[in-house]
Amino acid sequence: MIKFSSFESKLVQLPVDNVDTDQIIPARFLKTISKDGLDDQLFYDWRYLPGGEPNPEFVLNHDWAKTRQILVAGDNFGCGSSREHAPWALTQYGFRAVISTSFADIFKNNSLKNSLLPVVVDAETHKKLLALPAGASVKIDLSAQTLTLPDGTAVEFPVDEFSKYLLLEGVDELGYVHQQEDAIQAFEAKRLGSINTLAAA
Amino acid sequence: MQKPRTIIEKLWDSHVVTEQPGAPALLYIDLHLVHEVTSPQAFDGLRKRGLKVRRPDLTFATTDHSTPTTPKSLPIVDPVAATQVRQLEKNAAEFGIPCYGFHSPKQGIVHVIGPENGLTQPGMTVVCGDSHTATHGAFGALAFGIGTSEVEMVLATQCLPQRKSKTFEVRVDGTLREGVTAKDIILALCAKVGIGGGTGSVFEYTGTAIRALTIEERMTVCNMSIEAGARAGLIAPDDATYQYLNGRTYAPKGTDWDEAVERWRALPSDEGAVYDKGVTIDASTLEPMITFGTNPGMGMQISGAIPDPASISDPVERESLAKALRYMALEPGKPLAGQPIDVVFIGSCTNSRITDLRAAAGVLKGRKVSPKVRVMVVPGSQEIKRQAEAEGLDKVFQAAGADWREAGCSMCIAMNGDQLSPGQYSVSTSNRNFEGRQGKGGRTFLASPLTAAASAVTGVVTDVRSLLAQ
Repeated sequence: MIKFSSFESKLVQLPVDNVDTDQIIPARFLKTISKDGLDDQLFYDWRYLPGGEPNPEFVLNHDWAKTRQILVAGDNFGCGSSREHAPWALTQYGFRAVISTSFADIFKNNSLKNSLLPVVVDAETHKKLLALPAGASVKIDLSAQTLTLPDGTAVEFPVDEFSKYLLLEGVDELGYVHQQEDAIQAFEAKRLGSINTLAAA
Repeated sequence: MQKPRTIIEKLWDSHVVTEQPGAPALLYIDLHLVHEVTSPQAFDGLRKRGLKVRRPDLTFATTDHSTPTTPKSLPIVDPVAATQVRQLEKNAAEFGIPCYGFHSPKQGIVHVIGPENGLTQPGMTVVCGDSHTATHGAFGALAFGIGTSEVEMVLATQCLPQRKSKTFEVRVDGTLREGVTAKDIILALCAKVGIGGGTGSVFEYTGTAIRALTIEERMTVCNMSIEAGARAGLIAPDDATYQYLNGRTYAPKGTDWDEAVERWRALPSDEGAVYDKGVTIDASTLEPMITFGTNPGMGMQISGAIPDPASISDPVERESLAKALRYMALEPGKPLAGQPIDVVFIGSCTNSRITDLRAAAGVLKGRKVSPKVRVMVVPGSQEIKRQAEAEGLDKVFQAAGADWREAGCSMCIAMNGDQLSPGQYSVSTSNRNFEGRQGKGGRTFLASPLTAAASAVTGVVTDVRSLLAQ
């Protein structure tokens, strides 16, 4: 994981509520055993027409969209399946943050583990972001937990403090959990009613 | 005296390994279920870090998502799917995890084989790299879906850093009328609270209608908790739970069983326990439910009319409904009953258990499916397939003109070649009607096995009660 620093980017606006992970990356692309090569499959069925040519009406098919790092989407982004392929595809495309009024729980967890920042804003700020002209950019500062709009207004956003620490340091949770080994062993020693899946059925 | 607690809080409290300042609680996982789609990258991660699986004895794997439902004598035609299935079998062997591989006589959908073999038990924490893991909540377990990074974490440490969710009581009282099922309860909940209504919460389903459900029906309800936004949903165990579990392969035996039941009897929520949120549903007023849109919250009673985007004031919400209806090629204000369909799918971790197959067969017995409709019946596991065949249900389906297939996720997720063609309509007993979920351009109406079977007969979306009356 790379350290998450503050950055500024123009926006990709996708004003659709309840964007599910089947839209972010359709299930037929999940047969891969790798994490890589998913950028072209991002939003595939919205991005490409049935013949395979780019859908000119879909926002990611504008040339200007290719370098943008922030996606602004409708409420309850990332609902549905637990596939981590969704944040993998989003980050491989180049997104570093998604802004919405809310996120589905599993998607949010998966994103935080892949240096993709889910930024929750209030409905009014969300409306402003969707109304911004195509060339406008915003700044995201994770340390300060602020989103700065083109007019200079800084809007605070919530982040779990542990996730924030991991993102800023560029480390995953495993190191922390390994440090709890004594507690894990103590817990295992007093567990009741365990199953044994290795016992021959 | 201790403050009264919900079963959700009891399960949480009894699984916290440690809670350090500034960090989430570390939760111990009693059962980790693994399948081929969300695990290969996690096993790769273990290899890269030189780690082994900490508790293979609390881990179990099966193949389900990418597996064809054609006869087992045939190879897996799709080379990418074949590689993925083989990779799970190889990973399981390398890391010492038990696995029902593609050719195992016990293979099946991960959320079907866990309960079927008694792996899922009351009081457990259960995780799987699959959002329908809440299914196991039907036994009074805290069961939730996780991503692949978390799969790797659990494989390596048997623990997950977690923040506590809110508690959300879904109270369902009253008696279901004929033709109305557990599926209709959960579709009604999705329609009532919306697809994001339970975000950040764990549902506990309570009330007389829930108590009256069989264990299979409780699994149907818990299964779709995620479709109302809740990562987990559960039902406190009772005698029906213990009766279902007793004697299954991995269930405790002898005095261990007696001790376990005694422990489990302390799980139900205490009198006076308080929930953060709540909603009530009157089961006695429910009708068969059906979805009209492109998420499971877009559902209505089967006698209802498709809602009109013009009646919604919020512009993004209005456009979302309009977009859904454009995709579905449906007109606002019209009924859905009578809508011609192309395919009926009976299966998935929501509705592929023996009771579901019996319900569908009950409607199809002595009837023929419409010549315009392709009907696929996909049992949840090889075990269920054998049981159904022992009861002669396969013959009922085949005599009606339905296709009787091998076990797997099949057309619920359309990864294995079982899929809709662009523009086709299905009535499906699965859990998701997202755009393209059952095949690119395919259009899904979610419903119960009864509604699906009735619609198979008539070739149009049908209120099963019109057939039951005949």
